[in-house]
Amino acid sequence: MLRALLLILSVVAIAHAELCKPDAQNAFKVRISIKTALGDNAYAWDANEEYLFKAMVAFAMRRYSSKSTTQISNVLLCNVTDRVSFWFVVTDSSKNVTTVPGSEVEAAIRMNRNRINNAFLLSDKTLQFLKITSTLSPPVEPSTPVWLIVFGVVLCLILAGIVFLIVSGIQKHKKKNKESTERENLEEKVEVTLENGIPCEALDLKAGHINGVFAADDDRFTSL
Amino acid sequence: MPQDLSATPETPKEDDRPKWDNKFQYILSCIGFAVGLGNVWRFPYLCQIHGGGAFLIPYFIALVFEGIPLLHLELALGQCLRKGSIGAWNTISPYLGGVGSWMVSILVSLFYNTVLTWVMWYLINSFQEPLPWSVCPLNENRTGFNEECYESTAVNYFWYRKTLNITPDIAESGTFQWWLILCLAACWAIVYLCTIRGIESTGKAIYVTAIFPYLVLTIFLIQGLTLPGATEGLIYLFTPNLNTLKNPRVWLDAATQIFFSLSLAFGGLIAFASYNPAKNDCEKDAVTVAIVNSMTSLYASIPVFSVLGFKATTAYWDCLDRNIINIINEFDLPEESIMRQNYTSWISFLNSSYPEKIAGLKLKSCDLQEFLDQSVSGTGLAFIVFTQAIILMPGSQAWAILFFIMLFSLGLSSMFGNIEGVFTPLLELQILPKSAPKELLSGIICLISFLIALCFTLGSGSYWIDIFDRYAASVPLLVIAFFEVIGVVYIYKIKRFSEDVEWMTGRKLSLFWQITWRFISPLLLLIVFMAFVTLQMQKPPSYTAWNPNYEGFPMKEEKVYPPWVQAICVLLAALPCVCVPLVALFHLAKQKRRSKEPSLVPPEVSSCQEANSNFSHPKE
Repeated sequence: MLRALLLILSVVAIAHAELCKPDAQNAFKVRISIKTALGDNAYAWDANEEYLFKAMVAFAMRRYSSKSTTQISNVLLCNVTDRVSFWFVVTDSSKNVTTVPGSEVEAAIRMNRNRINNAFLLSDKTLQFLKITSTLSPPVEPSTPVWLIVFGVVLCLILAGIVFLIVSGIQKHKKKNKESTERENLEEKVEVTLENGIPCEALDLKAGHINGVFAADDDRFTSL
Repeated sequence: MPQDLSATPETPKEDDRPKWDNKFQYILSCIGFAVGLGNVWRFPYLCQIHGGGAFLIPYFIALVFEGIPLLHLELALGQCLRKGSIGAWNTISPYLGGVGSWMVSILVSLFYNTVLTWVMWYLINSFQEPLPWSVCPLNENRTGFNEECYESTAVNYFWYRKTLNITPDIAESGTFQWWLILCLAACWAIVYLCTIRGIESTGKAIYVTAIFPYLVLTIFLIQGLTLPGATEGLIYLFTPNLNTLKNPRVWLDAATQIFFSLSLAFGGLIAFASYNPAKNDCEKDAVTVAIVNSMTSLYASIPVFSVLGFKATTAYWDCLDRNIINIINEFDLPEESIMRQNYTSWISFLNSSYPEKIAGLKLKSCDLQEFLDQSVSGTGLAFIVFTQAIILMPGSQAWAILFFIMLFSLGLSSMFGNIEGVFTPLLELQILPKSAPKELLSGIICLISFLIALCFTLGSGSYWIDIFDRYAASVPLLVIAFFEVIGVVYIYKIKRFSEDVEWMTGRKLSLFWQITWRFISPLLLLIVFMAFVTLQMQKPPSYTAWNPNYEGFPMKEEKVYPPWVQAICVLLAALPCVCVPLVALFHLAKQKRRSKEPSLVPPEVSSCQEANSNFSHPKE
């Protein structure tokens, strides 16, 4: 009885070894960089983490094919290195010594990638499935490009400045014109008063030269 | 009977020429004109490739014997004759038609403002998170990144594709880039806003545009010095290598850098000085402006090189990290077993034990010197290298905004000088009737320039800007400056000019100016001109094009200019120079026709003091 059990176990072990080895058919290599992702909060990769990983893969397979036949024991891990990297394979529980096709596993992982990443507090880059490419998230594009908004603001300010300066220039021009016409009117009035006799300016020009006309005129006025 | 009452001579004819509000505005305008984009992106590059600290020796020699004398000459000329460039040259001698520098000012204004358009485009794009030049866009079916972006870098892609939308060849004009047209319109609107009334408006704007860059440079200096790798960059920049001084190319570069950096021969400095009161110490002004300009170049190169050192160090670390990851993955070693410090020991150990595996990895050799050696100048420095460095800094939006506002104000204050060089002569020639306001003239100038500059917004626009920069803004200036010095010294006569300067500054002209104006500066200009032209002639005029279909992509493709483009280059360089002999011939012909005996003696020139005699000074 015991011998039979041992025999079965060894067969299973050998079969498992056959199924899960580097570059085996339908096997995937996983590479995990915990220290890069978490720095000081990094946890150690031990058997419990491996158990969690098997559970997540089984969960992914169950969700993808929606038949609850995949067990944790169906997921085989091997060649765990210090890096941390290892190979895994998913066996088919219905047919004993075969593996689930790689395309199914890939699709299942792809569908649940986010859940798997979050279980380990890692990201697409730090929990790498080497043959499975991740879909890139599209960049966030706002409905109106931001630069147009900024440009609009800048342009409005500039135009406001130009309009203000032009209007103030026109007003100053008008004021100067009004002032100069007022001054001209004033000068004309002054000229009118000067037109009555010999203009005083002319007298001044002659540097104090006494004009006989004025001197003669003085006599005409009787002193008070 | 009534006398002519309007001839009341109690006040001499009031000079309605605009004036500076105060001396500080004038000095600041000259400094703003001289300090431009070249101080930030050309001087540090020259320093780097010509032996670091050793470059300062030819630079300062050129400053003392070429820069300061020519600057003093221009400022004295403008202040004495109180006219813009065309009027001033005409006053010295009608045979020296001054249209040359006016033309150069127009050509330079056109392309300089387009460079500011690029700066503005980057500025308004800096308000996004993440910065648009930090990520590559996805391709059409979202499976990977855009191919052109992926093969070069995101920063290159944003510059060549998203900003310029550059064509692979100068002969292919491409289409108008509407976003650049919008930015160009905004830039010309800003220039109009600031130069709307000539120096009355630029005088106010210059307080901001000339002082702000110094603030930002200081902020960048402090930030730059705290970045890792900054010291490597600075040591690399300033380590003197005296051997380079044996190369005549270094001396030529120093002379041309000083000449173009001080913005001589544009006519803008003459225009600025012409608004000064006649009795102003132009000698001290010239020395001040020149020294401030050079000090600014030095001051700007420190943050530039700190940031470049930071960028080189980060690239070096990235290179190392990539190699480390490859090795760790290949050998399944635990994480963080190989660090940057023990990388070399690990590599030698692994190479001895597993040479084939290491060879199979195809590791790139990471050399910090190599990264530091990647020197760039001009638009490449600002829009590719610096933007890449900014992405790596924390808080990159703020740094990007600060950097581009600084570049914008540097360029804008230089634009004021350029526009003034165009505006003042037109104002004096009285193109528009006297009743027309000044705002109309500046508006017309800005509108026409905007319409012509639209051709720089085509796909091939940046190739054309390179042409304008290389041909219109280099050789003609040397020629014009040479004729300026010769004209003042030998036609106007140095004796008369030194009397004028003595009258203006109030002290005798020192021997230094006499010697430099008479012999040293014209000789230096001649040598620089010959050397410059010889060097340009040596290699056929070629350019590097951004061609995604080129085999060596992302390297740029070397192409030769087609013949019609070469003809335009020659035209751009020759047209302003040719004005001098053309106008001389024209006047000679006029003289011959007018007088019976043709004489080559130029008509009597009014000297400085006579030009100012009917202008009364409130404080004399």
